[in-house]
Amino acid sequence: MKTRFAAILSILIVALVLIAPGCKESDDTSEGGASAVDKPPIKVGAIFAITGPASFLGAPEAKTVEMFVEKLNEAGGVNGRKIEVLIKDSGARPENAISMAKQLIDEEKVLAILGPSTSGETMAIKNICQEGSTILLSCAAAESIVDPVASYVFKTPQKDSDAARRIFQTMKDMGVSKIGVVTSNDGFGMAGAGQLAKYAPEYGATIAISETYDKAETDLTGVLTKLKGEDVQGVVNWSIVPAQSLVAKNMKQIGLDVPLFQSHGFGNIKYVEAGGEAANGTIFPCGRLLVADVLPEGHPQKDVLVQYKSGYESRYNEDASTFGGHAYDAMVILVEGIKKAGSVETAKVRDAIETLQGVVGTGGVFSFSAQDHNGLDQNAFEMLTVKDGKFAVYQK
Amino acid sequence: MNFAQVVQYAFSGITVGSIYAIVAVGFNIIYNTTGIINFAQGEFLIIGAMTAISVSRIAPLPVAILVAVVVTTALGGLIEFVFIRPVKKASVLRLIIITIGLSILIREAMLHIWDEQVRSLPYFTGTAVSSLTILGAHISPQVLWVLGASAVIVAALTLFFRYTLMGRAMRACADDSMAARLCGVNDRWMVTLSFMLSAGIGALAGCVISPVTQTQYDMGAPLAIKGFTVAIVGGLGNSMGAVAAGLFLGLLEALVVSQFAAAYKDVVAIIVLLLILVFRPSGLFTRGDVSALRTA
Repeated sequence: MKTRFAAILSILIVALVLIAPGCKESDDTSEGGASAVDKPPIKVGAIFAITGPASFLGAPEAKTVEMFVEKLNEAGGVNGRKIEVLIKDSGARPENAISMAKQLIDEEKVLAILGPSTSGETMAIKNICQEGSTILLSCAAAESIVDPVASYVFKTPQKDSDAARRIFQTMKDMGVSKIGVVTSNDGFGMAGAGQLAKYAPEYGATIAISETYDKAETDLTGVLTKLKGEDVQGVVNWSIVPAQSLVAKNMKQIGLDVPLFQSHGFGNIKYVEAGGEAANGTIFPCGRLLVADVLPEGHPQKDVLVQYKSGYESRYNEDASTFGGHAYDAMVILVEGIKKAGSVETAKVRDAIETLQGVVGTGGVFSFSAQDHNGLDQNAFEMLTVKDGKFAVYQK
Repeated sequence: MNFAQVVQYAFSGITVGSIYAIVAVGFNIIYNTTGIINFAQGEFLIIGAMTAISVSRIAPLPVAILVAVVVTTALGGLIEFVFIRPVKKASVLRLIIITIGLSILIREAMLHIWDEQVRSLPYFTGTAVSSLTILGAHISPQVLWVLGASAVIVAALTLFFRYTLMGRAMRACADDSMAARLCGVNDRWMVTLSFMLSAGIGALAGCVISPVTQTQYDMGAPLAIKGFTVAIVGGLGNSMGAVAAGLFLGLLEALVVSQFAAAYKDVVAIIVLLLILVFRPSGLFTRGDVSALRTA
């Protein structure tokens, strides 16, 4: 009895699979007449680290995508079709990301995958998406995601190298040349240490000492004492972990009174709160989301930023972060691509994304090309600082 | 390297070491009663700190800490009652594996209750930027709180285990639970009590170190690993040994940082652990024959 049931079920499934592509075709031909309700939604996958060590990235990203898609569908969707998004929680594990990507590509046949949240996961599925001819819009930072370029792989966060250059430019303006660098021993920290070492000579800066610490470190006074011994004029910390507020506190505690620069990973007000008074004066490059309210009227990003920020904050009752903004940008780029292509064929949408120019997102104004799958430059960053426990635009 | 710098490294070592020590002490209580290592000890710290942080929004700091200690103590007892007590044929290995499972369970529960954000209690005296200057070097006043709390906890525990009837009954259970039962000790309740005590002390430790280390739902495991290392180096069950070993390991790490790349710090800690397990398994500060008596 049981086996017969299973047999019938499997026949049904096979039949459905055979019929499904046929249905799709017939839908495409009747594009003009039918309303959005009749057409099948466009399937989009998302892989975010909603729980686990990178949940501070994945949780706001998933919430942002949910909000975006809901609003978009209420407004009638894109090209008259709604978007159905399948959000998966990878827990920041590359092996999970791999099996989820395969499932989304092979079984769900999604048009595009948003995410993953971390660079390690993205690199793990870069080739899978490329070979599966599925668009990947990563929300992770590493430059290796788009360098070398894989034709189906894009990323929305700003480049590490641009962050390093903005930091060095600011130092040059301040007259700081001899610096100490501390980085966490994870992918983000290692990449940052590399970029800092690469661009220091270009801006006339000398890295007197470069140290790595464990990302779960609970006290950094030892390493900072070493920096103090080298008489550095400035400290750069490059990490995404809570150590960012520890560095600020420990510097003050051991009397290392030089400017502290941090990476764009510092863009979360919680780190400022955790650092308390010690966080004041920290200088870091960041997208403009955190200073959306004080941007001058007429700034190209002002409207998008204020709209996203107020929408997110009123809906979820928590502060918007630049990380959620990366997912917002991924959605905007996908939707613009579909509009421009006038189709939901993967290859056509991909071609359209590559030619998008001047798309305003939260991370900057995106202009893609066949060589540039990030679409942002140094101007996407603003140098920010912390004043009285709040983010402010840094002024000389 | 000038003198002030040497002192500064020493302070850094003491800061780290005092954190290790206060975590390690918690391991010893349950070990002293049951002979098992409670791998959920790190989670007790985080529960304590998180509870205190939540309560401190509506109540003064001392009250918040008191509430956190009481809540975590009750939770420790509950956990023992639900997960440890009903276990049939409770071998040490089986119980240890249960505590590993518990640590994962508690961690995930905390993620849902307190989300993934980093928090911290305010500094007990001064702020994040205040420091004391001693011999030309600087140290956060909170470190003195951590050291002071460790000292008080260790002294109280030593007195409790040596001189009170209940403390001695708990030790008797670890030594030979059958013999203890024959003498009229309710060994089941002694185990529950040891979980409560170690949860409460863990919560206090979590609160005291929170301003220095900050608190996040998944920080318990890394803290517990270092605390466990220190507990072994000091000799399991020996609280004073744990404090000495904590400071020893902290200073050793500071020495490594000062002479080599900071990335090698943990390598040294693990090598020390291995050497001690090979050459002095009873710990640096416990005599071998005492340890042999305990496990006999």
